[in-house]
Amino acid sequence: MAQIEIKDLHKSFKDDAVLKGLSLNIEKGEIVTLFGPSGTGKTVLLRLLAGIYAPDAGTIGLRGRDAAGSPPDKRGIGMAFQNFALFPHMTARDNIASALTARKTETGEIARKVEAVAQLLKISHVLEHSPRELSNGQKQRTALARALVADPDILLLDDPLRNVDAKLRYEMRLELPVLLKRARSTVLYVTQDFKEAMALGDRIAVLLDGEIAQCDTPERIYAEPVSIGVARLFGDPTLNLVEVEPRLVDGAPEILVGGATIRLPASYAAAAGGRYTLGLRPESLRLVDAPASGTIAVDLVAVTPLNEKSVLLCTMDGGDELLASEAGDRDVPRRTGPGRVALDLDAVLLFDRASGRRFAPADNNGVGL
Amino acid sequence: MDRSSIVERVLRALLLTVIVIFFLFPIVWILLMSFQTNEQILRIPPSLSFVPTLDNYRALISGHLLTSAGSLDIAFMRNLGNSVLLSTCAVVLALILGVPAAYAFARFKFWLSEDIAFTLLSFRFAPPLLVLLPLSLYFQDLGLVDTYVGLIWVYQLIALPLILWIVRGYFEDISPDIENAYRIAGHSWLRTFFKIAVPLAGPGIAAAGLLSFIFCWNNFVFALILASADKQPVTVGALAFVTASGIQYGQVASAIVLSVTPTLLLALYAQRWLVEGLSLGAVKG
Repeated sequence: MAQIEIKDLHKSFKDDAVLKGLSLNIEKGEIVTLFGPSGTGKTVLLRLLAGIYAPDAGTIGLRGRDAAGSPPDKRGIGMAFQNFALFPHMTARDNIASALTARKTETGEIARKVEAVAQLLKISHVLEHSPRELSNGQKQRTALARALVADPDILLLDDPLRNVDAKLRYEMRLELPVLLKRARSTVLYVTQDFKEAMALGDRIAVLLDGEIAQCDTPERIYAEPVSIGVARLFGDPTLNLVEVEPRLVDGAPEILVGGATIRLPASYAAAAGGRYTLGLRPESLRLVDAPASGTIAVDLVAVTPLNEKSVLLCTMDGGDELLASEAGDRDVPRRTGPGRVALDLDAVLLFDRASGRRFAPADNNGVGL
Repeated sequence: MDRSSIVERVLRALLLTVIVIFFLFPIVWILLMSFQTNEQILRIPPSLSFVPTLDNYRALISGHLLTSAGSLDIAFMRNLGNSVLLSTCAVVLALILGVPAAYAFARFKFWLSEDIAFTLLSFRFAPPLLVLLPLSLYFQDLGLVDTYVGLIWVYQLIALPLILWIVRGYFEDISPDIENAYRIAGHSWLRTFFKIAVPLAGPGIAAAGLLSFIFCWNNFVFALILASADKQPVTVGALAFVTASGIQYGQVASAIVLSVTPTLLLALYAQRWLVEGLSLGAVKG
């Protein structure tokens, strides 16, 4: 039985339907990142789980029991809010301890646990400060400590890194997985940052249009997104989209991209005759020197070096733009001008133009990152 | 520190002095009057030089008013006590009723909630005299005329809407997430109300309480119609200073000084609760 079992959840506010039949199972000890663009109801889902809102329809099972009607204080959940929601009239210590005082813990035990979690999160020196006197990073750690201190077996984290500066976010992105693994809780982590989602989650649940569009490991979500909508959410720069109409030539599927004929693997044969959108990850495109067959003639317009990689903006025949990225350690030409681009056929994504769903090649074994 | 010129500083000090004198003059004048006899007050031209006397205070506290027409018994100290009792009880009751109600109106949208809140506010619009006639008839039937309970009840017309609407605004300013966080930490709804909502709305509750105390203290008509001599507050009791031999200005002045003192002390005490910005920095954005 899953630790968190969400079935066909509906929730609307006035006429605005936010969740439309959302289902999701999370196993015990698993870290799932809930990812989606802003306004898709990630926070609403967390609040439904915490018992702050009641669902219009559908069920939420916690630890194998139906949570309907159970108030927030009886759910035994730890939660960190995006806006921290610290108690302004209490010191950081009392803020953290608030999760223990309700559970009738001994005073000595409370002090010990607060000290321990404060040490873990490096806020021991500010425990006597009021929230007003804390920096954003310290506030965020205090809020996290408050959620962690009672060792809840279910932890809901609502974009805790949203309001902290870039340096701290980077640090926390490294620290959090260790911390969460140590807590051994079942974690649902909301984020709007695909890198965070991929770095932290055992699985990523992609929330789109009030439903979980896909819930899978970060690798599979990236390599085998179910739809064009999911694919576009991951990757920086985002994937290139080119409209193509595959056809069979001598029994092999071929597409026309920027004037160049590209032969797809045989597993794409079934796509022939349909109208598709080709998705090309920027890192699957390579600048090549030799004008070999299956390469696209482009005009390299701009090169943006970003330390660990360079982003290349190219235009194809007909004016369509292509973004390619090359790892920074390679010798990337800084010169613009005409060139050729080859694509990694293993990383090609083909989406049905009408439904947006990914075309699954007949033989799926060869697809990897 | 900017180096403002001497002229500027002198002008600023002068202006402040003028403003302070303008606002404090009546109060200072009354304070001076309270230490003068009627004859000293009424002499023409008025003069600031006089031999201070405590006769006015003595007369008020002992309850014997000495006029040129003879001695008169007044119950000023009893009136003062009534004022303290009535205003305090009325405000305490209004806080007990009003704060939870304000919380309900701020946090929950229930059927007719806005209409009920507005109806309660509209009690403040109605001229008291309009309500008084039917009210005194009902009070007679209920046996509430000339009782402390009856007066405290009527005072709710003054105190309750004020507390309800001021405190509601403060509750609305508290991010619900702060309360949600406390609930999720495992605390009951009631505990959250007392440990989070009430302390955070503290400045608002103090301000509303103080304001309604002042309004109750200054009320005149309700007590005039609904209470007899031994239940009357100072505002009504002050009528006794209009005597057959004229108005006793000295005693009126000292009565004002005495009746202002409790409210002034309360305001000074409550000042430290009136600090704003307690919730600053709790919630981002």
